[in-house]
Amino acid sequence: MSERAYKVYAIENGTVIDHIPTPRALQVVRILGLGNQGILTIGIGFASGRLPGGKDIVKIENRELSKAETDTIALIAPDATINIIKDSSVAEKWTISLPESVSGVLRCPNPNCATNKLGAPSQFTLEDRGRITYRCGFCERVTTVEPDLLSGRVRLG
Amino acid sequence: MFPAPAGWREMVEMNDFRGRDIVSLRDMDSEDLLRIVRTTGEVKAGKYGNFLEGMAVACLFFEPSTRTRLSFESAVLQKGGRVFGFANPKGSSQSKGESFVDTVRTVEGYCRAMVIRHPVEGAARLASRTVSVPVVNAGDGANQHPTQTFLDLYTMYERFGRLEGLRVGMMGDLKYGRTVHSLTHAMAMFGSEMTFISPPSLRMPEQIKEELSAAGISFHEAEEPEQAADRNLDVLYVTRIQRERFGDPQEYESVAHSYRVTPDTVLSLGGEVSIMHPLPRVDEIAEEVDALENAIYFEQAHNGIPTRQALLGLVTGGLQ
Repeated sequence: MSERAYKVYAIENGTVIDHIPTPRALQVVRILGLGNQGILTIGIGFASGRLPGGKDIVKIENRELSKAETDTIALIAPDATINIIKDSSVAEKWTISLPESVSGVLRCPNPNCATNKLGAPSQFTLEDRGRITYRCGFCERVTTVEPDLLSGRVRLG
Repeated sequence: MFPAPAGWREMVEMNDFRGRDIVSLRDMDSEDLLRIVRTTGEVKAGKYGNFLEGMAVACLFFEPSTRTRLSFESAVLQKGGRVFGFANPKGSSQSKGESFVDTVRTVEGYCRAMVIRHPVEGAARLASRTVSVPVVNAGDGANQHPTQTFLDLYTMYERFGRLEGLRVGMMGDLKYGRTVHSLTHAMAMFGSEMTFISPPSLRMPEQIKEELSAAGISFHEAEEPEQAADRNLDVLYVTRIQRERFGDPQEYESVAHSYRVTPDTVLSLGGEVSIMHPLPRVDEIAEEVDALENAIYFEQAHNGIPTRQALLGLVTGGLQ
């Protein structure tokens, strides 16, 4: 059986997010709020030398994401790489880093937190970059980021 | 006016407390804590008169806490201010279904400062982000109770004339005790040598110990107070071990017995150690200890008044 020419079609202009751990591509789309904003190509389960469990790819046509935006997916895809494509070639490339603060994405797992009991907005600050832990701005508990604590879409700031 | 002590005028001009929310120790540094402690000493010495005169302070207690509430109310009244509010949520519009945010937003218009006690962690922070008057956290669930820590610090400062480098033992329920967690945080800012004495099941949480290690603060752990005999403790801070933390009543009885401070315990720690306790105590300090000079826990409780007066004076601008 011959190799397919393209596993995921190349895009002319936009953003390619590579090295997302399988199967988190759909979560990345949700966190970035990309549900209904033009053409998205999503690939899940590619072989990857860097990610033993496989990698996902998200291609966003005609939209350049900013570093601040892409940093918010660091919580679930810390090894992701971002390529900004212009006229079919890579105009910019960066790896993401954990944001110092995150609003609206992480849910505090403490059931007695004001974010869960009194309607306070979700707000976290980075506690430990190595372990990917964040401190809740309300109950002040430290949380290790788990995928099931991520919800909603990104609000920067 | 009372004559200002040397250096006081400069301190007042540096006052950055006016309008400030007092929600968590995490918002403060050692300079802030020293400022509060020194001001408390001046207030206790009677330097400032009725600096809360004409001010209305709201005390919103969304869960009952008689001691803390009475202490805040007495503090305000004794400095000429007035207090209003409620002692439990049944007395508030929350019982009619009003949201917490709406309650504080309404009360904001009635007061110069707002004292809030709430069972939900982060409630005071939420209030502080909602209203423009200063918010003082009087306890938010298991999270913070900063004025308890301030009065603890003041009590040590009063006893030793300093906070730097004190050797502090903490004993009892170190796992769940909000008071000892905050005190640990504060003492770490002053380079304290800490000794944590608890049964294995109630040890200081790993996260706090990791924070201490990361900050280069050394600490020791022990399972019996006598094991701290060679630590030359300045202070032994005792907290209650709660019965409900143990599934087996017999285990509780055996643990509670070995964490009882008696005159013999005081002697085994060198005889000079000051015994503190946030109160109320049950039987973790024998009544015979009360008569010793080492016992400063009632003085500690009384220090809640000047501490809260100083704090409210600073955040309202009454102390200017």
